[in-house]
Amino acid sequence: MYKVAVLGDRDSIYGFAALGLETVPVETPEEGARQLRHLAERDYAVIYITEALAKDLEEELSRFRESLLPAVIPIPGVHGNTGMGIAMVKKSVEQAVGSDIIFNEK
Amino acid sequence: MATRTQVNPTRMELTRLKKKLVTAVRGHKLLKDKRDELMRQFLERVRENKSLREHVEAGIQAANKNFLLARAGMQDETLNTALLAPKQRVSLESSTQNVMSVDIPTFTFQTRTPDKNDIFSYGFAFTSSDLDDAIQSLSDIFPEMLKLAECEKACQLMAAEIEKTRRRVNALEHVMIPELQANIKYITMKLDENERSTQIRLMKVKDMMLQEAHGYESI
Repeated sequence: MYKVAVLGDRDSIYGFAALGLETVPVETPEEGARQLRHLAERDYAVIYITEALAKDLEEELSRFRESLLPAVIPIPGVHGNTGMGIAMVKKSVEQAVGSDIIFNEK
Repeated sequence: MATRTQVNPTRMELTRLKKKLVTAVRGHKLLKDKRDELMRQFLERVRENKSLREHVEAGIQAANKNFLLARAGMQDETLNTALLAPKQRVSLESSTQNVMSVDIPTFTFQTRTPDKNDIFSYGFAFTSSDLDDAIQSLSDIFPEMLKLAECEKACQLMAAEIEKTRRRVNALEHVMIPELQANIKYITMKLDENERSTQIRLMKVKDMMLQEAHGYESI
């Protein structure tokens, strides 16, 4: 049985607690990295992380890209959408195809 | 021309290399098919991923707006108390699905209690209705968030596999196969050359023997 965690600054994530997800409020990127590693070692299958925090932890995130679990998914926080999530999808396309063919259709 | 590693120009080596070439060509064809099929499925998924993500991001932003309103209308302490002890708990069941030799996870979620209203873990007396709206909108978007997680992970895993397969195909196509062909050609040439040189030597020896025995030269 796996669990779902939400990682980020408190203002962005406190609402998820009501849904029954585990919220892990962090203040600094260092603390975020530590918590992320900590969560990944335990039975969390999905870890949502605010884009603001994810931006500082790109190295950490890339470690989880090729492992089956956990799925680390960036979501927008209260400070708005930074486009980081879409950028991650873009990166996948570039890795697979060699150039970006999905997102320059617009 | 590809730099040739030292090969022995023997028939045994030639047979070995020919066998290797057949395997390499077959492997190349199979891997190319695998790459094409993976790519097709990947593109399908990534398009879904893109639209899901746009949808989820819009949903979360709308929820965040509601939360902001809720925060503005309530005292911090009340808000904290309201969300202090959640009644609901989400747990995930994960299984794997095999897509073209890539294992991708699929998630199904279960809530601890079946009652939908258990996401509101507070009495309604001291909280603003904005909070209810916010939590409701977040709860509505959650199944999609989970689908997004599934889809995005699948895309990441498949992208890695496609990259690997592409490298293998290219290595076979541009390095292994030309090198094998060059080696085979080299050995065949060498063997033919040896054959000719033996032939000539024999003819020469025959001439010399005829000269010695009968004192005449063949034409």
